[in-house]
Amino acid sequence: MNIHEYQAKEILDAYGIPVPRGRVALTSDQVERASKEMGGRCVIKAQIYAGGRGKAGGVKLVHVPEQAQEFGKELFGKRLVTPQTGPDGLKVRRILVEEAVEIAREFYLSITLDRETSRYCLIASAEGGVDIEEVARKSPEKIHLFAIDPYTGLRPYQARKIALALGLTGSVCEDCVELILNLYRCCLEKDCQLVEINPLVVTKAGWLLAMDAKFTFDDNAVFRHREYPDMVDYSQLDPLEINAGKYDLAYIKLKGNIGCMVNGAGLAMATLDVLKEFGGEPANFLDVGGGATREKVAEAFKIILEDSDAKGVFVNIFGGIMRCDIIAQGIIEAAGEVKCILPIVVRMDGSKVEEGKKLLLDSGLNVQCADNLGDGAARIVRMLG
Amino acid sequence: MSILIHKESKILVQGITGRSGLFHTQQCRDYGSKIVAGVTPGRGGIHIEGIPVFNTVAEAVHYTKATVSMIFVPPPAAADAILEACDAGLELAVCITEGIPIRDMVLARRYQEESGTRLVGPNCPGVITPGECKVGIMPGYIHRQGKIGVVSRSGTLTYEAVKQLTDSGLGQSTCVGIGGDPIIGMKFIDVLHLFNEDPETEGVFMIGEIGGGAEEDAAFWIRDNMKKPVAAFIAGVTAPPGKRMGHAGAIITGGKGRAEDKIRTLEECGVTVATSPTRMGEAMSAALGSKG
Repeated sequence: MNIHEYQAKEILDAYGIPVPRGRVALTSDQVERASKEMGGRCVIKAQIYAGGRGKAGGVKLVHVPEQAQEFGKELFGKRLVTPQTGPDGLKVRRILVEEAVEIAREFYLSITLDRETSRYCLIASAEGGVDIEEVARKSPEKIHLFAIDPYTGLRPYQARKIALALGLTGSVCEDCVELILNLYRCCLEKDCQLVEINPLVVTKAGWLLAMDAKFTFDDNAVFRHREYPDMVDYSQLDPLEINAGKYDLAYIKLKGNIGCMVNGAGLAMATLDVLKEFGGEPANFLDVGGGATREKVAEAFKIILEDSDAKGVFVNIFGGIMRCDIIAQGIIEAAGEVKCILPIVVRMDGSKVEEGKKLLLDSGLNVQCADNLGDGAARIVRMLG
Repeated sequence: MSILIHKESKILVQGITGRSGLFHTQQCRDYGSKIVAGVTPGRGGIHIEGIPVFNTVAEAVHYTKATVSMIFVPPPAAADAILEACDAGLELAVCITEGIPIRDMVLARRYQEESGTRLVGPNCPGVITPGECKVGIMPGYIHRQGKIGVVSRSGTLTYEAVKQLTDSGLGQSTCVGIGGDPIIGMKFIDVLHLFNEDPETEGVFMIGEIGGGAEEDAAFWIRDNMKKPVAAFIAGVTAPPGKRMGHAGAIITGGKGRAEDKIRTLEECGVTVATSPTRMGEAMSAALGSKG
């Protein structure tokens, strides 16, 4: 679960981590007003759920409120495409107006989960700013990684080693130690999958400041943080993805014309692979979860059909313990309810496969049943070709 | 022979009184697994389906000599259940639960790593030694007793692979679903190691996915250590690049994670990689043929 930069900075502020003075705006008039408050000269930052905004034209230093307003008009409603957004980009609905800061040095600082060690990992580099991934690729020795032992937590001396490695000395070094410890505390207490400050800067006046921040909360920990769902900006998500989320289904929009319903992420990916192999292009895929139930199958089917790009539906359910006749009933109910006339190919495996197939074939829907994965993919591609 | 579980394994179920805990307990018992105890705090003393229920794992172990736990405890308490299983000195804990918070798992994994207990999962289908013992939620009937070890990060894709193996006349020694979560107990290499030492396993099929570097690590381990033929499938060759936040993930994985890279690395390390999910069984046959 992602949040915007301005929300991330509110949280950092609450944990004693210094952030620039700023105000969030929903209209270009509000951008102008906020700019006036900052004294005219300020930074306008588009709020989207991805990084790389600077290069995509989503961040600008302006000198007078009129200029701020103009840039605000240009940004609102615009889709920003960055290396992190995917090809369609993300629409700008909120703008952060911040005081302009004189920067002396820039750093990179983050805490995220390291799968290899199963620990939270502190990542820091003296080469902060936009090209940190490039730095990681070309000169990995400039990236400092430190896996945190959950038994001891992050200790001040460990944070100090990192701060010194960044080349900080004196009181700024000690400020940085405190900042790193606060960031770790924040990461744990807020159940984050990622907290990233990039860049962390030392200002010309000699203060540390988190200039940009990204938070990703752990979706599995929402039960401990009831406020999280209200922090989400749903305009940054596909409406069908939101709808799918309500039913605990995972929905991904794609480019082609075949709607796909599969149970389990691995099998879903394999299904996309096999469709492409047979010359088909998926319009979307919906993962109904390993243990598909009739209700989930029915909801999933409706969501797939709401996507107007879907000209046919491929259902691939490896039911396992779930009975295929029950899954078939779910499909028939949902298809009947939304008056589906699209061609459907169903590949089911599990118990009571023959009963399930018979129900489908007797249902009056435009449906074919497949014997296996390859047969199913071939059939749906043929039906649409 | 087999790895991890066999027909004499004594199994206890943590979270036996929950809906799916009870359902799968029955399924496993019908398959032939020896379920000797259940654990649900506060319900100790009752019997459910004839199985005695205890308040703690330690108590259940004391009275039943169980050595394996199957965990169905809901996410908020699941990490605690893993810790309890380790603390009671079980040989193996198989955690089926999906959705355990990262912070909880970091701690549970830290404790488990230093305990003598092996952990499979969480968020996994479990472990099955066909014809002998099932500790998990996989459909038993697709499996057949045999000589292929299966290890997988995926759930239902494993069922697909196992079915293809069975249809190709290749039975399985043991199938291990290690789970798809970022923090898991046994990894590919841990399971490959056991298959390498198991006299009844003659070849291994490995199922991976995009993301992370576990498949690459496994590939190098196979090249340097594996005495038996290995075939693999990597799902997600055509998966579109997703939205992401920040750079930290990319820094840690260092450019690993793409299906093409995983497939190339596996092939360079001598693994036969199925070019299509419809040809997983064929790939295993080919790997056995070329080395057998």
